[in-house]
Amino acid sequence: MIDPIFLAEAAINGILLGGVLALLALGLNLIFGVIDIVWIAYVDLVMLCMYLVYFLVQVYGWPVWAGGLAAVALGAALGIAVHLLIISPILGSAPINQLLATGGLLFFLQSFATFLWTTDHRSVRLSLPSYDLGGIFLPLTRVIPFAISILALVALYLFLTRTFVGTAIRAVSQDREAMGLMGANPHRIYLVTSAVGGLMAGLAGALLIFLYSVHPFFGGQLGPLTFMICVLGGLGNMVGAFVASFIMSEIISIAGVLWSTEMGYVIAFVVFIVMIFVRPGGILARRG
Amino acid sequence: MRRALVPVLAALLALAPLVPMAGMKQYVLHVMIQILIWSFIGGAWSLMGRFGLVSLGHGAFLGLGAYATVLLWNFWAWSPWLGGGVAVVLTGILAAVVAYPCSRFQVVGHYFGLVTLAVGEVIRLLIIAERDWTGGSLGVSLKPVGGDSLWALQFADKRVFYYGALALWLAGLWVWHRVDRSMARSAMEAIGEDETAAASVGIHVTRFKIAITVLSAALTAVGGVAYAQYIAYVNPDTLAGIGVSLRIVFAVVLGGMYSLLGPAVGAALTIALSEWLRIAFGLKLIGMAETIYGFLLVVFIIFLPAGIVGSAGGLFRGAPR
Amino acid sequence: MSLLELTGVTAGYGHFTALWDVGLRVERGEAVAVVGPNGAGKTTLLRVISGVLPVRAGTHTFDGAALAGRPAHEVVAHGIAHVPEGRRLFPLLTVADNLKMGAYLGRARKQYAETLARVYALFPVLAERRTQRAGSLSGGEQQMLAIGRALMSCPRLILLDEPSMGLAPVMVLRLFDLIRRVREEGYTILVVEQNVRQVLKLVDRAYLLEVGRIKMEGRAAELSDQDFVRKAYVGL
Repeated sequence: MIDPIFLAEAAINGILLGGVLALLALGLNLIFGVIDIVWIAYVDLVMLCMYLVYFLVQVYGWPVWAGGLAAVALGAALGIAVHLLIISPILGSAPINQLLATGGLLFFLQSFATFLWTTDHRSVRLSLPSYDLGGIFLPLTRVIPFAISILALVALYLFLTRTFVGTAIRAVSQDREAMGLMGANPHRIYLVTSAVGGLMAGLAGALLIFLYSVHPFFGGQLGPLTFMICVLGGLGNMVGAFVASFIMSEIISIAGVLWSTEMGYVIAFVVFIVMIFVRPGGILARRG
Repeated sequence: MRRALVPVLAALLALAPLVPMAGMKQYVLHVMIQILIWSFIGGAWSLMGRFGLVSLGHGAFLGLGAYATVLLWNFWAWSPWLGGGVAVVLTGILAAVVAYPCSRFQVVGHYFGLVTLAVGEVIRLLIIAERDWTGGSLGVSLKPVGGDSLWALQFADKRVFYYGALALWLAGLWVWHRVDRSMARSAMEAIGEDETAAASVGIHVTRFKIAITVLSAALTAVGGVAYAQYIAYVNPDTLAGIGVSLRIVFAVVLGGMYSLLGPAVGAALTIALSEWLRIAFGLKLIGMAETIYGFLLVVFIIFLPAGIVGSAGGLFRGAPR
Repeated sequence: MSLLELTGVTAGYGHFTALWDVGLRVERGEAVAVVGPNGAGKTTLLRVISGVLPVRAGTHTFDGAALAGRPAHEVVAHGIAHVPEGRRLFPLLTVADNLKMGAYLGRARKQYAETLARVYALFPVLAERRTQRAGSLSGGEQQMLAIGRALMSCPRLILLDEPSMGLAPVMVLRLFDLIRRVREEGYTILVVEQNVRQVLKLVDRAYLLEVGRIKMEGRAAELSDQDFVRKAYVGL
């Protein structure tokens, strides 16, 4: 029988991880809700930003906060680039072509990263203290990213509810044509949305590099998980994605401690599949 | 376009058996065999894809087919003919289990794609997790039987595999053709356009969707068996997961999802491209070949959305896009 | 020079032509109606004016500026607000947020607070329900919100597409009263309506559109005596 302390620790780690996953899920959801395209290569953008932080901080000795800001900037830039170069040309195409376009981007990014940096795992070494909470081990390297993600999510919430552009983004996700009737240029809104989505990917990358090591196929692990979180919460549903992030991270964390890391993912994915059949619209969908 | 197909097909069929005779290099034969097998697999996928059931998880069926046969042979000396049968049954069950709720609860479009993606990943991760008997990420080699054996489906001479793959591909074309001609096709098209309307006319939507999914999955599994027997080595990343699933979809869409020869054209092009890039770059610039491959895929999708056969057909018909 | 002028407009969807050689004009401060049976092309006409649908032939000028072929968001920037058929509100946004989106344009945003006060004064019900989700309002309230949202863009011309659609008869009377009040505030209005009798009481002039062509036009009072109005009344 497993020591309850380990379970409690796993549960807390799940929450800490959930915060960062929420960043990913919400960024992807934002783009999907507005533009109606799933960026299959989204987490590979995160991978690139992770590499940036690695090189700036670990190799060139930049301070952490500067590296983080650079990652955020790169993320936003990548978001805009992807939208302009890949998404814009295929906006009217069949959904399957849209999926394949971002899928091709996935191959491209993963191989390019392999070419540039080989498949070696890179990580940033930070020695930060840990806190002992009644036998539960709380490393600051996990707590700080969680705190930052929560702050970012609050900022996102304020942006979406208090600003004109943010409200416009929410409006477009509810009725694209109607927003055009308000005088809003939909393409500009798409661009802003892509930039914000990319920004969140960049921030997630800046936080994840302190939790995991990066390698070209990093997207292969976290990518499918992010999609599933989004679908579980209801594609386009921000609150749903937030909740689903923590549900999945808890399952992975606890199952990971009880069996193995891979089994943790397997169980999470199976739960996802079951949930889709129980609640096809996502866990927060209204019935009927 | 249909009428143009017949002479093309006839020419291919006439030439195909002669291919290995001309003292052809082993390498070229190797590439041709792969093209045939992947064309078959692509064709299997397109049975679903052409009706709007876009699966991003066919790697699951491929992997199940391949691993079931290899493991049953390695551990219990089950002939791949038996093992393949088991694989087909297992994949069929998996497909039905996934397709039934998807159909009943109207899980379509993006949702369906992502659910199938999850299924594909589950299989891949399961294979890796159970590394004690599956070999995990390192994969598993087929235990050699030494020499040729029909019962073990292992042959020293590639030419046997060539003819086998050719027969398989032709069988796949026949299935595609039959589905194309059948009531199922009209039913599926109706379903694709308007499910509610289709149901109201009495079309048993669920039954058709499940049937097509099971057929597609079973054929894919057979493709997996063929691949495993030929390459004699299986690996979770080449045979399961999002990578291979996307490649299958890419090849079919590039070639043309709605035509008989589309999957073959697509497979031929993507494999030829991939091999050419691999040779061009050799061992220097590791990853550059794949990078260019990915880049070209994106460019193709943006500029040739109807696929090659689709676009060429459009040219002949002068059809407006 | 008329505020809005269409001449020889032909437009349609794919192989289908919905409008043939349509001409109409709206003067500043006027209220004009376009009436006609279902399928006559009334909604198509509005979509052409607001830039959602391109024209195949003909001109379309607004205050002298040629607008044919301009995308919807540019047309709005020129000062045309379109209240679409079925309202097209943002269902999950609050009343206040819906109104806010109406003022999205830079020019309107500067006067946001002022315009909002005016709209709340015109439609006190909206002020009461400002934090309620638009999707949960009643039909009449939704129509009010849709009109209010259009007002937020400080338009020079308001297009109303079948405002009485889906409303109970009592609501319809109240609605036209409201439109009358909006009109009194000085806005120029072009209404497309099936409810011929009610709308003719509201407007100065009207056009009859049938099967994509303008069959008749004239002052509202004259048209009220016409056969087709009486027929429509009996049909109702």
